[in-house]
Amino acid sequence: MNQALQDLGEYIAGRLSEEIDGQEVAYDELMIAARPDGLIKTMRFLRDDSQCLFKCLVDICGVDYPDRERRFEVVYNLVSVAHNQRIRVKVPVGENEAVPSVTQVFPSADWYERETWDLYGVYFSNHPDLRRILTDYGFEGHPLRKDFPLTGHVEVRYDDEQQRVVYEPVHLTQEFRTFDFLSPWEGMTRQLPGDEKAEEAES
Amino acid sequence: MSESVPKLSAAAGATPEDLTRALDKELNSKGFLLTSAASVINLAANWARTGSMWPMTFGLACCAVEMIHAYMPRYDLDRFGVVVRGSPRQADVMIVAGTLTNKMAPALRKVYDQMAEPRWVVSMGSCANGGGYYTYSYSVVRGCDRVVPVDIYVPGCPPTAEALVYGILQLQKKIRRTEAFIR
Repeated sequence: MNQALQDLGEYIAGRLSEEIDGQEVAYDELMIAARPDGLIKTMRFLRDDSQCLFKCLVDICGVDYPDRERRFEVVYNLVSVAHNQRIRVKVPVGENEAVPSVTQVFPSADWYERETWDLYGVYFSNHPDLRRILTDYGFEGHPLRKDFPLTGHVEVRYDDEQQRVVYEPVHLTQEFRTFDFLSPWEGMTRQLPGDEKAEEAES
Repeated sequence: MSESVPKLSAAAGATPEDLTRALDKELNSKGFLLTSAASVINLAANWARTGSMWPMTFGLACCAVEMIHAYMPRYDLDRFGVVVRGSPRQADVMIVAGTLTNKMAPALRKVYDQMAEPRWVVSMGSCANGGGYYTYSYSVVRGCDRVVPVDIYVPGCPPTAEALVYGILQLQKKIRRTEAFIR
């Protein structure tokens, strides 16, 4: 399986040497580093080439890396049912840059791109209907960005005088408390917590 | 005369059968009823109201599943006259079961406004009670009592079906001790 993935990665890199920045197999998963300008061609190749046939777009998601020069990364996950393979395409994109919409290649990308736009503010050019999809009507900001405040900017309440639900600046009766516990997963070494006796039993 | 009034009000806490029996006895022995009309109307109205609390189907999140459990044969809220309605016009009670988000809040209020008086609200679960897990979220209302007046809060995340049934019985109790009509 791993060898097949490696071969596939090299094949794709050979065929798309102009469009992509590289390929890598990590944790038994194939990843391709793409660029916004060659994205449509890459996706079309991955969909149509007889060695690939990644006809199913499973998901598009975003990642925010505030330290990077191009802070966002758009990640496309594809499945090839014909070859029983999966692939991940990553596109780095800056705050004021646009990614071409892949709706013309995969119609299912429509709402995924709207979601990514809504939550991260990544702009998709040539998208047929780029509106917010999840957040409130008239919501301001992109909530999954790292610099978005957790509690947001507004809260709602019913106003008896106006007879409607009104928006007001957030007022917390109790400040947000950060619990800085070291996650057992973050600090995990090879031994799982609670597994201390497992090795003794084995030996 | 002084006897019959305490007798009837004592029946308020008892079952409807006890109430009818008490009324029957009065009628049979005297041929007429001697009590304040308001008191009888009150008893009758509260009996009717507690006996047919039709809730609006309003499931918002995982609490809705527990609410459905309470309606289904195992807990069977039907036996208390609790029958879910699909229309707010026919409903007396709204069970806010789940996380109320900012986007949903105007819709929730609209549904509440469409319900006919008298109406009651049961807030079910931590999220509806006070935001719960999502108190500090940018998109969640910190308690549905910011949007609609709540009568009964059912704690839990999610509350068990028993807890909701208990909450509904508490609401019946609350209705029973209200004056149906202003004298």
